[in-house]
Amino acid sequence: MSTAFTARVDAALADRTLKIAIDRTTGTARSKRAAAVAAWPHFQQARALGRDIKAHVTANLAHYLAEFERNAIASGAQVHWARNAEEACEIVIGLCRQAGARSVTRAKSMLGEEIGLPHALAEAGIERVETDLAEHIVQLAGDTPSHIVWPALHKTREQVGELFRANHADPGALASVEAMVGSARRQLRAKFMAADVGISGANFLIADTGAICTVTNEGNAELTTTPPRVHIVTAGIEKLVPSLSHAMSLLRLLVRSATGAELTQYTTFHCGPKRAGDADGPQAFHIVLVDNGRSKMLTDGLAEMLSCLRCGACLNHCVVYRHIGGHAYGGTYPGPMGSVLTPVLDGLETSNDLPKACTLNGQCQEVCPVMIPLPTLLRGWRDRSWREGLEPATVRGAVWAWRLMVMRPGLYRLATRIAVPMMRLFARRGWIAAMPLAGGWTRHRDFPAPARQTFMDQIRQQRGQS
Amino acid sequence: MVAIVGQTKNIALSARGRKNVSVTSIDTPRVGLFVTCLVDAMRPRIGFAAIALLEAAGCVVDIPQRQTCCGQPALNSGDHDGTVAIAQQTIALLEGYDHVVIPSGSCAATICGHYPELFPVGSPWYERASALAGKTFELISYLADIRHWSPDRVALAAHATYHDSCSGLRELGIKAQPRRLLAGVAGLSITEMEGAETCCGFGGTFCVKYPSISNAIVDEKASHVTASGAGLLLGGDLGCLMNMAGKLHRSGSPVRAFHAAEVLAGMADGPAIGEEP
Repeated sequence: MSTAFTARVDAALADRTLKIAIDRTTGTARSKRAAAVAAWPHFQQARALGRDIKAHVTANLAHYLAEFERNAIASGAQVHWARNAEEACEIVIGLCRQAGARSVTRAKSMLGEEIGLPHALAEAGIERVETDLAEHIVQLAGDTPSHIVWPALHKTREQVGELFRANHADPGALASVEAMVGSARRQLRAKFMAADVGISGANFLIADTGAICTVTNEGNAELTTTPPRVHIVTAGIEKLVPSLSHAMSLLRLLVRSATGAELTQYTTFHCGPKRAGDADGPQAFHIVLVDNGRSKMLTDGLAEMLSCLRCGACLNHCVVYRHIGGHAYGGTYPGPMGSVLTPVLDGLETSNDLPKACTLNGQCQEVCPVMIPLPTLLRGWRDRSWREGLEPATVRGAVWAWRLMVMRPGLYRLATRIAVPMMRLFARRGWIAAMPLAGGWTRHRDFPAPARQTFMDQIRQQRGQS
Repeated sequence: MVAIVGQTKNIALSARGRKNVSVTSIDTPRVGLFVTCLVDAMRPRIGFAAIALLEAAGCVVDIPQRQTCCGQPALNSGDHDGTVAIAQQTIALLEGYDHVVIPSGSCAATICGHYPELFPVGSPWYERASALAGKTFELISYLADIRHWSPDRVALAAHATYHDSCSGLRELGIKAQPRRLLAGVAGLSITEMEGAETCCGFGGTFCVKYPSISNAIVDEKASHVTASGAGLLLGGDLGCLMNMAGKLHRSGSPVRAFHAAEVLAGMADGPAIGEEP
């Protein structure tokens, strides 16, 4: 494994506070999701429907994109197309400048993180105010999100208290979670009302109306998108659904899979800018549709990944994620879905540890609300890494030598006949505590000594004699 | 799960890539036992337990002499061409049997789920791989679902917990079968541990490629095993069992580990994993 990945993993494993924080949040998420699924008799049919809706959209992406654009424009929105992250940021910065924006509020959006929007805004000298409570924490800490639903999952409430005490104007006693939320509210409320531009993502782009849908539990998206003069939406092109009823089918799956709730606290549909007679809403409504590798996924055997709803269930149930946390993955998206997406976004050369740092246990696929075959997609990256010669020579050599013997049963028999007694030389009372070439195993656990004779030798003698 | 239609049993498995499999009902099937490379080299007792169980269940057991490994290390390393070569060798070796039985969920899932995926749909090798997939079974589920065998006069006074290995659980639908059969062992009680369906961190080559992550996972697993209060850890895959037993032993735990086949064959009075006879 690469030294950068090793270093991140080692740092994460050494951080006991991180494990406590991960266990608290993902443990609650798992049990609440399990209860929500148990209370939904037709969950499996709903999953199949969700999978089919997304597969249909993916197979007809160009059609629905054109329909969405047509209807969004008719509603008064302005639609922009970005082929990659740089173009997307340029468009957003250009729109902010055009609006004369000095301060923007931002509602949590993983796509915004993916295209590097926080960094681009800072470079452009525009003040960015993160309005999602967890993103606010991440911003105060100068950090990056470690989970796609709970960006500050890696912080314990104790650490958040310290952060607020050091950074908030009027933190108060911070004796409870409620008091901490109150402090954040006092800190952020004025900023909400003073922002020139509000930037959000979208959970769904609804083709037949040109509307977009955002879901939050804090109401911050509504305060981000309504008071400012300009609302900019950045969304990946895979967020399309044909109609509102399709969005609702997926929403049921998304929310239960993410938090175990039946519905988010706030589920808002935005369709065009403020019209004559509307009480509120932005004067200008921009939608930036971002490709950034997605259309290539269609032809690269990764089309199924375009179904992802970003619910985070695969992260919460992944044994690897639960031990190393989100930052160790080194990309925007962590966990199983991140290990499929990061090679698309950052290149396989720099991220080929991710598809391999997985036990292929299949729990991610089991909980995925739209049945994405994540282990199969991860295997696809492994095949490609091998094909493109990205595997270290040591690994290729070892697999080559092993294969040579496996394909020659006579030689294999001889090799095991020699290896078994040799291994036994290292054993004491049945266990091997250390053995050359086995450090990866014996550093952490004992290795049981093999029997004196292989099964095949024993059976040959028995059946030969009988 | 098993519906008998005339002389044919239609078995609908929840496994991915495994459609309705038709298995001809045979009174005394000729079973090819694929013991797996791990059982061959590490713990032959599991192979002998499998022979005893299959014979007790009315099978004629043959051990193909040229068997080696199902190819999982190549498959999981991304070596597609290597996997294809090993799969072709294994298919040719095993396709002549009525049934093929394997004392491991992950090796059985490789043949049942992954071999057909290696070849273009409709090609001769795809047909051969699919035919083999349709008659290949993991040992415990074969005894329970196909042979309708249950333990008779097997006793073991012990308190055990059972780990569901991931491939068997999620790719082959093995969950109730081992518990059902073990419930027939007189004197044996099973306590479910927390996270019985959670991966133990073995993952084949994963455990040596990413040892620190694997260790963190198996460490937590070992604590769940210990917290169950059971004296025995049982499972259906030797790789996972060696991983968990090795961690338990390193941490000084007295919990002993056996393959479920050893218990069902009445061989759990012998040495557990890591114990010398």
